[in-house]
Amino acid sequence: MIIDESVLSPEERVYLSLRHLYKSYGYTRFKMNKFEEYDLYGKNKDFLVSDSVITFTDTSGKLMALRPDVTLSVVKRFRPEGRVARGFYNENVYRISGKTGSFGEICQAGIEAIGPIDEINVFEVVLLAAMSLKSISERSVLNISHLGILSSVLSGISSDGLKSAIIKCVGDKNAHSIREICSEASVPSETAELLCLLASSTASVSDTINAIREKTSSPDVIKAIDELVELSEKAAEVSGVSVKIDLSLVGDMNYYNGIIMSGFIEGVPARVLAGGRYDRLMEKMNKPGGAVGFAIYLDLLERMNGGCDSTRYSLILADKESSLRELYKKADELIAQGKKAIIEEEIPSKESFEEIIDMRGAR
Amino acid sequence: MDTGKLLKVALPKGRLGEKVYEIFAAAGYPCDDVLDPNTRKLIFVNEQAGVCYFWVKPSDVSIYVERGAADIGVAGKDIILEYSPDVFELRDLHLGICRMCVAGKTDFKDNPANTLRVATKFPNIALSYYRRLGRDIDIINLHGSIELAPVLGLSDVIVDIVESGKTLKENGLVPLETIVPISARLIANRSAYQFKSEEINALSSELSKLI
Repeated sequence: MIIDESVLSPEERVYLSLRHLYKSYGYTRFKMNKFEEYDLYGKNKDFLVSDSVITFTDTSGKLMALRPDVTLSVVKRFRPEGRVARGFYNENVYRISGKTGSFGEICQAGIEAIGPIDEINVFEVVLLAAMSLKSISERSVLNISHLGILSSVLSGISSDGLKSAIIKCVGDKNAHSIREICSEASVPSETAELLCLLASSTASVSDTINAIREKTSSPDVIKAIDELVELSEKAAEVSGVSVKIDLSLVGDMNYYNGIIMSGFIEGVPARVLAGGRYDRLMEKMNKPGGAVGFAIYLDLLERMNGGCDSTRYSLILADKESSLRELYKKADELIAQGKKAIIEEEIPSKESFEEIIDMRGAR
Repeated sequence: MDTGKLLKVALPKGRLGEKVYEIFAAAGYPCDDVLDPNTRKLIFVNEQAGVCYFWVKPSDVSIYVERGAADIGVAGKDIILEYSPDVFELRDLHLGICRMCVAGKTDFKDNPANTLRVATKFPNIALSYYRRLGRDIDIINLHGSIELAPVLGLSDVIVDIVESGKTLKENGLVPLETIVPISARLIANRSAYQFKSEEINALSSELSKLI
């Protein structure tokens, strides 16, 4: 069967091309239930985008939840077999939106590589993230960073509250507030300056990296920067996508470590791709090995290219005298010509048509 | 009009917005008619400077920017703290300087045995402030004339923006505590920033020379 691509929504079209991409690289489909025991989410609330979950009690009295996240379910099902499990998914998740305060259904696709992962696996996932964005639009950007850098710069700060406030400012590229917060909390000026460099929006990335190399004596930071530079250059070269280093990327350090990613498509106002390496979540869930993956928020692509349905129909005007056989013969004829046909007894107002074929009284 | 390649800027209507525009113009991004009180135009374009302005209600600037209708905008820190928009906060413009305060009658004394009644237009800022203090409060969400609330006994205190303190004084109120200093901030849409970072950073850099 040949499928006319124009019948697919942008999300469906994207998902089919992503599925093809992931299968080509040896990823198989993860299939999951729509609900899980609530305990899984209750124990890992910080990992979730929002901590509100839709719950219900099943027939055995267990508290269940409609899945607000896919990664936790994937990790829960992971059984170590001595090799990396590679999988992709396309699932709905149910989350509360911070803006509306009500629950919504969000369509997500993504991949996860779990187990004894190495540099090759990390590179492959970053590359597939870049290629995924490219398959959605040529005008895309993948930003990457390494959480080891931020983690190392923050290592001298013991207050969790202060760390959280600084991390938020770094993620907002808000260097002026970092200076204020650090000054009030008497954070050493060298640390404050390094944090401002991470958040910096105006300095070029290479200048920022050089400045950080000069200012830091931490071998972990130098190693993380080297890894990052190599990864971004190689991924950009192989994928043909703009893979940029953005040291202001942040993530929850209780779960993520190493590389983190964030992807954007021109014309879509929010981040469409997010992910990274999350060995700490594996550790927290008592699973051996590491993990890396990303999710693409397909629902954000709904309004890509304006989000309007531009399909133009041929209208066949009919009445009670018209022969059904003749009407549908005409419709088939139009469809065979690659057109789309609808049959109505009146011309619908507020709509325009490719053509109007009057078959009133046709027998 | 194709404004896709231009830098779309949401300006807050009012005195602050006019000051902001003057600085943008002085930084090399002028546009005819923006300050003309007689114009009925909604969007102002200067293709040569690569910029497109529109005036919006100050509390809506962050929505226009977050949703990508504007690439950048200028919003007060009060709006950013109240609505927590998912945007980059690139620069403090040091304009519209004031502070978010708790204010009350001159003879007000807090009784910790009672729930504190707080009237405000900024419920999230007030909640977060009193949560930090561990103080139990009852938020009374008002949309204007906040100073009336303690005068008429509707609330014990108010949480509001204080510039000179003159309005408070005229109504027999005084600032009791400062919650946070407020000023205008340059904000940017997270996605637009990825594709227009050079233009946005150039503008931000020019602005920094003037503030």
